[in-house]
Amino acid sequence: MGELLSYNRAYIAAFIIIVLVAMFVISVVVGRKETAQRDKDEVFGDPERTRGGWYWSACGVATLLLVWFYFSWGVGRAYFPEAANEMCQVAKLEEVVSPIKAALPIGSRYFKSTLLVARNTDQLDELVTQVPSDVFSPDEQDELRNIIGDQRQLMANSSDPTQLSAQTSSELNALVGKISLLADKLKSDPTSLKPTEEALAQPKWGLSIIEIPVLPTTSRGVLFDTVAGEAADITTLFNKIRNHPVQNDRIISDVKQRIQNLKTATESDDFDAAAIVQRNKYIKSVERIFKRLDDGTIFPARALEEVNGAIANLDAAKDHARGGLAWIESLFFPGQGVVKSRTQCTEQGSARWLPKPTDVVAEFLTLSNPDIEAGGGYKGIPLFWWKWLPLQDVVGFFVPDSIADIWPGEYAQLGPDGTITPSFKDDLLAFARGEAYLGAIPMLDGHLWDSLFRVLVALALGILLGVPLGLFMGVSRFFKSFFDPLIELYRPVPPLAWAPLILTIFGITDDGKIFLLFMVAFAIMVISARTGASGTQLSKIRASHSLGASTSQIMRYVILPNAMPEILTGVRIAIGVCWGTLVAAEILAGTTGIGFIENIARTVSDYELIWVTILIMGILGLMFDIIMRWVIARTIPWRGKG
Amino acid sequence: MADLICENLNMTFSNPQTGGKVEALKDINFTLKKGELLSVLGPSGCGKTTLLNMLAGFINPTSGTASLDGKVIEGPGVERGMVFQQGALFEWLPVSQNVDFGLRMKNTDPAKSKRLVDKWLGIVGLQGFGDTPTYQLSGGMQQRVALARCLVNDPEVILMDEPLGALDALTREKMQSLVLELWKETGKTIIIITHSVEEALLLGERLFVMAPRPGRVHKEYNLPFAELGLKESLRDIKQKEEFSEVREEILTMIWNMEEEIMGHG
Ligand SMILES: Nc1ncnc2c1ncn2[C@@H]1O[C@H](COP(=O)(O)OP(=O)(O)OP(=O)(O)O)[C@@H](O)[C@H]1O
Ligand SMILES: [Mg+2]
Repeated sequence: MGELLSYNRAYIAAFIIIVLVAMFVISVVVGRKETAQRDKDEVFGDPERTRGGWYWSACGVATLLLVWFYFSWGVGRAYFPEAANEMCQVAKLEEVVSPIKAALPIGSRYFKSTLLVARNTDQLDELVTQVPSDVFSPDEQDELRNIIGDQRQLMANSSDPTQLSAQTSSELNALVGKISLLADKLKSDPTSLKPTEEALAQPKWGLSIIEIPVLPTTSRGVLFDTVAGEAADITTLFNKIRNHPVQNDRIISDVKQRIQNLKTATESDDFDAAAIVQRNKYIKSVERIFKRLDDGTIFPARALEEVNGAIANLDAAKDHARGGLAWIESLFFPGQGVVKSRTQCTEQGSARWLPKPTDVVAEFLTLSNPDIEAGGGYKGIPLFWWKWLPLQDVVGFFVPDSIADIWPGEYAQLGPDGTITPSFKDDLLAFARGEAYLGAIPMLDGHLWDSLFRVLVALALGILLGVPLGLFMGVSRFFKSFFDPLIELYRPVPPLAWAPLILTIFGITDDGKIFLLFMVAFAIMVISARTGASGTQLSKIRASHSLGASTSQIMRYVILPNAMPEILTGVRIAIGVCWGTLVAAEILAGTTGIGFIENIARTVSDYELIWVTILIMGILGLMFDIIMRWVIARTIPWRGKG
Repeated sequence: MADLICENLNMTFSNPQTGGKVEALKDINFTLKKGELLSVLGPSGCGKTTLLNMLAGFINPTSGTASLDGKVIEGPGVERGMVFQQGALFEWLPVSQNVDFGLRMKNTDPAKSKRLVDKWLGIVGLQGFGDTPTYQLSGGMQQRVALARCLVNDPEVILMDEPLGALDALTREKMQSLVLELWKETGKTIIIITHSVEEALLLGERLFVMAPRPGRVHKEYNLPFAELGLKESLRDIKQKEEFSEVREEILTMIWNMEEEIMGHG
């Protein structure tokens, strides 16, 4: 069932989107009608103006979800499930021809040769002014200037169309021919092309980690894929073409020799170490430019113009072959489209970090599936489930071993006949150590439960210890002044600043996180209980005195209930802050918990999972608050009415 | 010998900020016999609340003693019940639990306290309101709850600090009758502080007019109106000539005191 849903998520999304659009339209129509009605009714202000209307809420929800669907490419995938695969094939072609384009104005505004000549000239100009006169003899300095002049000549020769060698010229012509053939091929009708079995067997878009299937699954895709394959050869060919004018050959061998001479001079003569370094440095910079020129990658502009035109032609053919896909892409795939990297095709733009709603739900369902074997849960732990908890573990945790030590009697000793008869004291020790089997109780389990458990335990401890202390601080000068410095010293430090210290002391187990959260909850509870207690009206305390209440009874029956509103507000705040701190602590250190999941998801860039954890935390936070609001409404209806 | 006796009571407040001293009460001497009804009247700031707080045991006198039944008052006690200007009710408890608060503190048997609570709620005219939250009651009803809460504890002396101050005229009159009835029926010693001269006359077997700076008893009256109030309607009493005469006399007295304060100020 789940698999079926997962496999057909594109169709499900298509249905949901239609429902959402309908919802949007209907709610706008109803909303406008209602508004028109009221505009007529009201004369002086609308008494109901602060009340909402379900239709605007529905409209808002629909808008939000539709925007989500749109920018995550959910709409595109729902109605054009093959589009991404085709875009991937187009991207393959683009990737393959990009090195050629990069050398031409069509891809980078200038010919690469133009840029090369400009750069080399700049560097040569600079070198000429910097010939070091102290380490080179005057003759050598002249020689260096000559070499630089020859290098300029090399560039001039390479840029001269009349000196273009016949071989280079024919190679370029052949290249243009091949590109044109490819363009013609792109313009041909692809319907006869069929995707391979292997391609059809790929997981659909969104079903694998790589997301977009790489092999072409449509006729048009196959066409692009084939063309891209052939274009790869053309690119290799292009990269191999060199321009070596005949006049350059002599200059090159000549310059090579003269540079070598200078190097030899450096070695033979007895220069001091610093001079050698300086000479070598300068000669190196001259030689570096020379090697670039020796490579023969400078072409006359006119010679490459035809290649540029052929590539433009190929682009036009590509657009023609894309046909309707171009429209679909610009309408339904906001962002930079699909990009082919070495091994996979990836969505670029908002879709990269914004997973599709259906994918998020699917991810959540996988995560919340308690069946670990079937791939549910995360890292071998379910999200929220239950397990059998051996009772002895609990006993072993709470009962100290020393109980057995205190018990009268002796531990068993090895008897003379080689047997050991355990005494009651031994049994007691086993019990206290949690070694005796006591049965098991069902216990909640899972990442979410671990997080909840930490928050709830810390909160409970914070309330149990913080509220009494706060109440006493609210009524007693001793308690107030004695504990105030302690609490006011640690409270202002952000909890996350404590985290590294506490997590280091306690290790990454639950204790550290619970203690950290306890610190947070404790301070909040103390302060809120104190505020509540100190706000008790004097007349109430006096009245209860006159009615015969003792001090402890006044604490219990007057001060505590009077502080209840502040205490509950404190709990509400503490839950929020604890929850926030917990997630951060789990991100810092932990092996379970919702923050742990998010942290791991972050390191592997699993955006779906990140969003799922964010949504889970948001929903839980909201639930906490709703529960607290309900509790407050139930327990202190008298708040502010006394 | 169930008398309330004040001997040379002095109360001086010192203000740590200004260093000034206020003689809130100076040389207060009086004896109140069991069952007497005393009303205390005086301009604002003359020390009425201070006196009552001292009798209740909430504050200790600077010098002098107050004693009840021969025992010196050193702190709050059940034998001295207090009714505050504003109910000082526990808003987190319903009416019945407010009333039986004192009984619960003493661990009285629940069945017995239930009987007592029902009885007193009946007397103050609040039967059937046991489960109502106090914040849903009117001001007059709240004062009646406060009265019941005090009386259920069976104190020997009832101290009331402007208990009817916040009530409208009609409710006030009803409550005045109620106080008189309770006085007669229970025979308790009652001290009632009020700002209203009429109320002081109606609810005072004895009446102290206090004067400020230092706070002292300026004049004392013995009045017949409280006795009369048990038989006749309060409105009729107010029509009587003796009543108006005393009223005018006291009003002039207080008026002069206020003038003096203003003059000094
Ligand atoms: N806790 C206190 N600290 C300092 N001065 C006080 C304190 N309580 C009362 N006083 C002063 O004592 C004087 C008597 O105050 P008290 O409250 O007894 O007056 P009162 O007669 O009850 O006035 P009112 O009719 O306005 O209630 C006043 O001048 C007041 O400023
Ligand atoms: Mg007062």
